[in-house]
Amino acid sequence: MERHIQVPLCEEDARLLKAGDYVYLSGTVYSARDAAHKRMKEALDQGKRLPVEWKNNVIYYMGPSPAREGRPIGSAGPTTASRMDRYTPELLDLGLKGMIGKGKRTKEVKDAMIRNGAVYFAAVGGAGALLSKCIIESEIVAYEDLGTEAVRRLKIKDFPVIVVMDSHGNDLYETAVSEYAEL
Amino acid sequence: MREIEVQKLTDNIRDMCIEAVHELSPDMLDVFQSACESEKSPLGKKILEQLQENLKIAKEDRIPICQDTGMAVVFLEVGQDVHFTGGNVENAVNEGVRRGYVEGYLRKSVVGDPIIRENTKDNTPAVVYYEIVPGDQVKITVAPKGFGSENMSRIFMLKPADGIDGVRQAILTAVKDAGPNACPPMVVGVGIGGTFEKCALLAKKALTRNAGERSSIPYVADLEREMLEKINKLGIGPGGLGGSTTALAVNINTYATHIAGLPVAVNICCHVNRHAVRVI
Repeated sequence: MERHIQVPLCEEDARLLKAGDYVYLSGTVYSARDAAHKRMKEALDQGKRLPVEWKNNVIYYMGPSPAREGRPIGSAGPTTASRMDRYTPELLDLGLKGMIGKGKRTKEVKDAMIRNGAVYFAAVGGAGALLSKCIIESEIVAYEDLGTEAVRRLKIKDFPVIVVMDSHGNDLYETAVSEYAEL
Repeated sequence: MREIEVQKLTDNIRDMCIEAVHELSPDMLDVFQSACESEKSPLGKKILEQLQENLKIAKEDRIPICQDTGMAVVFLEVGQDVHFTGGNVENAVNEGVRRGYVEGYLRKSVVGDPIIRENTKDNTPAVVYYEIVPGDQVKITVAPKGFGSENMSRIFMLKPADGIDGVRQAILTAVKDAGPNACPPMVVGVGIGGTFEKCALLAKKALTRNAGERSSIPYVADLEREMLEKINKLGIGPGGLGGSTTALAVNINTYATHIAGLPVAVNICCHVNRHAVRVI
């Protein structure tokens, strides 16, 4: 099913999304990857505030290439989500409602998605030039010293993703692959 | 003896880094096109079309094909009658990488130490391999390697008794485990033989061979064809979302090995298999 969704999104809307839905996202998301997750974990452990209030927000696992003059961002496709799995359940329990990335997730992440009503979207890996066209604005909001790994607020429009894991435990990576497997 | 200024290495490598991350070589474009025509899954086809559109945008608008513009792997095949002048060769290579990544708006993805993890901010150092060959020319291959797929690469120290069936299983295991993480459709570089490190290097070098070019050893060429067919029956498909295109090519390089061993390395690359080549 094809849908147009506004982000951030509430739990009720996230629960409506099903694995296999082709979705165009518009609104605001935040980029964060390995080093930013490590810093956020350290901040949480020390009882400090996070740079982003994650409740109802969507995280994009992405570190862009530098923007050329006149453009908001450089190439901007998804990175492998599983490297963030160790940090993700805690963020989901804080209200994170969506993640954009690519690749498999652990059972702990899936369980936390079911528990909190969150959804995992896949963007097409290696399509960074195409996806950058759906990012209208980009602004660094934290950890600027991390360069490409800084946390960025991104304004997106009709950003194409596929729901691969929904809040009901469905996993498109498993079901779609078995449909075409001949070995 | 022919003298070559190391500045020539710097200038060429700068341009090759920029060229490789914006445009795929014609061999990759060809295998992309045939995959688009043969893909069975409608979603898989849609993803392949998006990837082709992505290649077009990258080339025309000068936006890197993928934001992971890689760690620069540089192969230098140096003719033994060449004498480099004007400085240190490895410094010249790194200067080319530095200028390419800084001046070309490429992502700086290298940390100076694997544990301390501070970004070097210019994507150096490169990973450089030298080979001495006959002649008075230098062949430069620049292959910026992304780590989504690099992370899914494997080495298997098989027993001689495992034979070619063991090799088949090792390749399929690596590809299956890589699944959606390695940004399929992939290019699979395989090394068979040598020692532990030689085998990994064979696999890396195999990725720089043109996608449509088969091994000159008949049984290896047959194995390449067979494994491509088998991998495409795994069902992983474009983006890992199901389909008949999981790999675009399987390139295998072999080398002599020890009576006790059968090393197999599988170096996986995503569909953005970048390799620029120049001879100076």
